[in-house]
Amino acid sequence: MRLADQLRFNWQVFSGNVLRTFLLLLAVAIGVAAVVMLTSVGEGARRYIDQEFSSLGNRLIVVFPGRNETTGGAPPLFGNSPRDLTLADAEALARIPSIRDFAPIIAGTTTLSRGARAREVLTMGTTRGFFAVRQLGVSQGSIFPERAGEEALAICVLGAKLKGELFGNDRAVGEWVRIGDRRMRVVGVLADSGESFGMDMGDLALIPVKTAEQLFNSPGLFRVILELREGADEELAKERIYRVIRERHEGEDDVTIVTQDSMLKSFNNILTALTLAIGAIGAISLLVAGILIMNISLISVSQRRAEIGLMKAIGASRIQVRQLFLGESLLLVCLGIVLGVIFAYGVVFVFRGLFPGFPLMPPWWAVPAAAVTALAAGLVFSWLPAKRAAALDPVLAMRGVVR
Amino acid sequence: MADAMIALRGLEKTYLMGGQPLRALAGLDLDISPGEYISVMGPSGSGKSTLLNMLGLLDRPDAGSYRLNGVATEQLPEEARAALRRDNIGFIFQAFHLIGRLSAFENVELPMVLAGLAPKVRREAVEGVLDLVGLLDRQHHRPGQLSGGQLQRVAIARAIVMKPRILLADEPTGNLDQASGRDIVNVLEDLNREGITLVVVTHDGNLGQRAGRRIRMVDGTVVEDARGAPG
Repeated sequence: MRLADQLRFNWQVFSGNVLRTFLLLLAVAIGVAAVVMLTSVGEGARRYIDQEFSSLGNRLIVVFPGRNETTGGAPPLFGNSPRDLTLADAEALARIPSIRDFAPIIAGTTTLSRGARAREVLTMGTTRGFFAVRQLGVSQGSIFPERAGEEALAICVLGAKLKGELFGNDRAVGEWVRIGDRRMRVVGVLADSGESFGMDMGDLALIPVKTAEQLFNSPGLFRVILELREGADEELAKERIYRVIRERHEGEDDVTIVTQDSMLKSFNNILTALTLAIGAIGAISLLVAGILIMNISLISVSQRRAEIGLMKAIGASRIQVRQLFLGESLLLVCLGIVLGVIFAYGVVFVFRGLFPGFPLMPPWWAVPAAAVTALAAGLVFSWLPAKRAAALDPVLAMRGVVR
Repeated sequence: MADAMIALRGLEKTYLMGGQPLRALAGLDLDISPGEYISVMGPSGSGKSTLLNMLGLLDRPDAGSYRLNGVATEQLPEEARAALRRDNIGFIFQAFHLIGRLSAFENVELPMVLAGLAPKVRREAVEGVLDLVGLLDRQHHRPGQLSGGQLQRVAIARAIVMKPRILLADEPTGNLDQASGRDIVNVLEDLNREGITLVVVTHDGNLGQRAGRRIRMVDGTVVEDARGAPG
């Protein structure tokens, strides 16, 4: 039997059983769409993290005070190691040739007020370099001057949201605000760059690092962000950082270094595993669709006994009868795959229109994996009905006798 | 018989009916020559249909031999029997057994589709046989749109489209009115005159008497085998 003839014959069976065919198609399409859409969520999360990292700026290394293994678990948020990571340490690290820029950070929550308006805000003490490594710009005024790294200047740069709350539409640059117990002049307002890793850059007050040392009465840095030069070797840079720290900390490399690449790699590994896991959950629905195909095919074989008997009487071999029934299931699965993929991509397209910030997108392997699983389920679960059809005794089948 | 196309020797077949053995064929011997027109008659349960199924390679005997054109068929694998059946034997059933979702053309075409023949070859052959049975103008009609006589003529067209050497008909007029039945018998006899070997199982005495060779079966054996002009 020619393939075109088999497809035509299968199609005639479908068009003669429209509702049954539609329901089976729906079952397969839902299974395929579930796999594609669920893996899209995982892949979307991975892409989102990628985006967030690239919004941090390129090739960053973050140095935390304290060793990971001495404190256990995640790097310490605030310097709780025996030796602080100081501004002098940060300046020494910045002198490493492969480091292009650096941003020492002291952070804390303080009261920010102007006149009667006051609120608690996250205040970061840093230098001019912070704007470069985090790729931040100002919409009004200017960033810190060069000497903000060396002197406790009474100046600040406000996030766009803070500026709006304190000043409304009035000009903020040149005005005075109170941060903690100090008066500071606003020199700039950050351009709105949205959220980054859950930190709202619009709700942030930036002050010079020396000023923050005095304000928080802490000589220890919260962290130092270093930006690598183009083409610099990350591993060599890490080695140099440890060496500098050992020289300055009596032979102890009591800092934790986290590179952007290693964080990204960890996130990627976690999210890829997660994507595979939810994809596998979606694939269960394909197995359910396969069982449905088996049930319906068994009923179909039972209903079409006379037809099968006739086919055998006019010369169909067992193999041909089996092929007809297997072909029916596989054609159905193929159509279901096409429908499922179209539906899933439609949902992804609509979702991306509604939530452009989350890059929902199926991974490259989602469609092939869903298709292969669906075809395998279709083949395995239609084997038994096809075998039964092929084994029917034509004489009894034509008489409608069930044996 | 030296020139027998079909040679049955000591054919035995026993079925279990409700746990009880039922001997459908009891050591049947029969030779059929090319071009013969044979009617098989007998009471219900005499083994007529079983004989037809054996001749059509739809069933295997428990014992005995069946040679078709000199080929021993009993031990042939299923695939070979299907091919032999497809290329040599045409079936006509009392209940027509047409597929309802297919047109008359597609029903007739089915054996050629199963044989993997090219569409052009099929079209010529199908139109030829539909013309022969007088249904060329109804080729796109589905079985539900045809009368009983027309349905049986479609079934005859399907049975002869592969140009079989043997045509086996099981009560071909059983579901038809008298006029349609006569019409079908004429078509079958025309085919026989063109050289097809025709074996007709029937309860209809008039139809049975028209055959050049008339076999009567009782309890799985041939009790009468009359040749010559019908009486």
